[in-house]
Amino acid sequence: MSNLRFTEQALSEWMRSGGSHSEIVISSRVRIARNIQHHPFPLLATQNQAEEVMNVLAPVIDQGKETGFGTFHLLKLDDLEELDKKVLVEKHLISPNLVNDSRGGAVLLNEDESVSIMINEEDHLRIQCLFPGFQVREAWERATAIDDIFEASIDYAFDDRRGYLTSCPTNVGTGLRASVMVHLPALVMTQQINRILSAVNQVGLTVRGIYGEGSEAAGNIFQISNQITLGQTEAEIIDNLHSVAIQIIEHERNARQRLLTDSALRITDRIMRSYGILSYAAVMDLKEASQRLSDVRLGLDLGILKAPSISVLNELNVKTQPGFLQNLFGEKLSSTECDMYRAKLLRETLGTTH
Amino acid sequence: MVCQECGVRPATLHFTKIVNGEKTEFHICESCAREKGELIPGTSGGFSIHSLLSGLLDLEGAGKGKTAAASTAQGVRCEECGMTYGQFSKLGRFGCSSCYKYFDKGLDPLFKRVHGSTAHVGKVPKRAGAKIQFRRQIDELKGQLQQAIEQEEFEKAAEFRDQIRKLEKEIAQE
Repeated sequence: MSNLRFTEQALSEWMRSGGSHSEIVISSRVRIARNIQHHPFPLLATQNQAEEVMNVLAPVIDQGKETGFGTFHLLKLDDLEELDKKVLVEKHLISPNLVNDSRGGAVLLNEDESVSIMINEEDHLRIQCLFPGFQVREAWERATAIDDIFEASIDYAFDDRRGYLTSCPTNVGTGLRASVMVHLPALVMTQQINRILSAVNQVGLTVRGIYGEGSEAAGNIFQISNQITLGQTEAEIIDNLHSVAIQIIEHERNARQRLLTDSALRITDRIMRSYGILSYAAVMDLKEASQRLSDVRLGLDLGILKAPSISVLNELNVKTQPGFLQNLFGEKLSSTECDMYRAKLLRETLGTTH
Repeated sequence: MVCQECGVRPATLHFTKIVNGEKTEFHICESCAREKGELIPGTSGGFSIHSLLSGLLDLEGAGKGKTAAASTAQGVRCEECGMTYGQFSKLGRFGCSSCYKYFDKGLDPLFKRVHGSTAHVGKVPKRAGAKIQFRRQIDELKGQLQQAIEQEEFEKAAEFRDQIRKLEKEIAQE
């Protein structure tokens, strides 16, 4: 069991309040990538060079002191237990890449965990801001303000023509990746999702599973983000994502209404069954848990279910991940044990809300 | 051949996987490959955005044929970190910020493909970027000056001209 405060709770403090369109948009995130001039990128850096980068970047944010964005804490990856790293990834506070493929990796986290500043990930510096619900503009404003704090004392790798120089050519220019995490069960059920996703791809945006590149869209949760970082201003990128997301929200809302009018009984049955199975099953794998939690979330929004709260569902989405289960029930769980404890956790949480 | 994922765009990436003698062929478009990331059915690891990029970079070389120029380009080396263009095209990632300078010639087609654009128009670091910001302001004012002249608003034009001169002076002093 871990003693790290950031891995004790499944839900970060920032996730507790809803934000707008929270029945569909779970969270908004902005990440900006920056590098220091005349230092090799983390890909080529030696252990010493990576530590040097950390020694330059970490002191910019005065740890333990109020910054206007809360008080920051520095966690060095080498000092963390494997399980803590896993849970930080499951909470989206660090990337899998920082855990697996980084020398001298570290993260600066503020108290409510809404700002996560990764050091020596693919780039020297990755500033990530998370907001609940649909607040992509707010997330950008906070990220750029934190960027200004670093920029006041760091010489960034920047070029007149190419903008902020990043390790991967897909991030060059603004270094900005803005994304919204959306729950789209009705678009999936009515089989409109593929058409919409391919349209999204044509306007410079991309759709991924919730744990980023290469992950599956579990539980009908999709991450929509900008693909283009060069040749558009940050405002254009954010506005583009904003307006596309608004349209997708609208489509999802219409599809939900259509489900209610055209197949109320079928959809009610599906939601009630999922709630029943989550409340009584003895074994459950992650895929089924995600799908059934998605049904329950839809049930809440359609007024078919009165409980649990969205916040409990957000919490369960994190707590049912393997790392967090191990954190709760013991470090070495076989996959069958994981499925058993997942079911136990769901039974205990949802059973009390009847 | 049409992409087997979206069924719309032409397939531009073709590969075959053989497991225990069983052969599976994949024909997909770049857009689907990018969207799928590492999740292309049947491929285990190795097919990330970086390997896709390296595919694009190799295409650049292949497009020109095996000319002397292309093979010289592969040997171009970044003098700061030592990475060669050949390594960059395999890894799909730069070794340091100077690689952008040394590999500059090969980058426009790549950025055009990935971003549809080759030049940055966004945020500029305040401290290092004062000159860049002045230059952008000057470009904007020049546009306004031109417009004012075309519309025969000469008083306005004179104002723009003065502002431009002032900024140019400030740049010279920096």
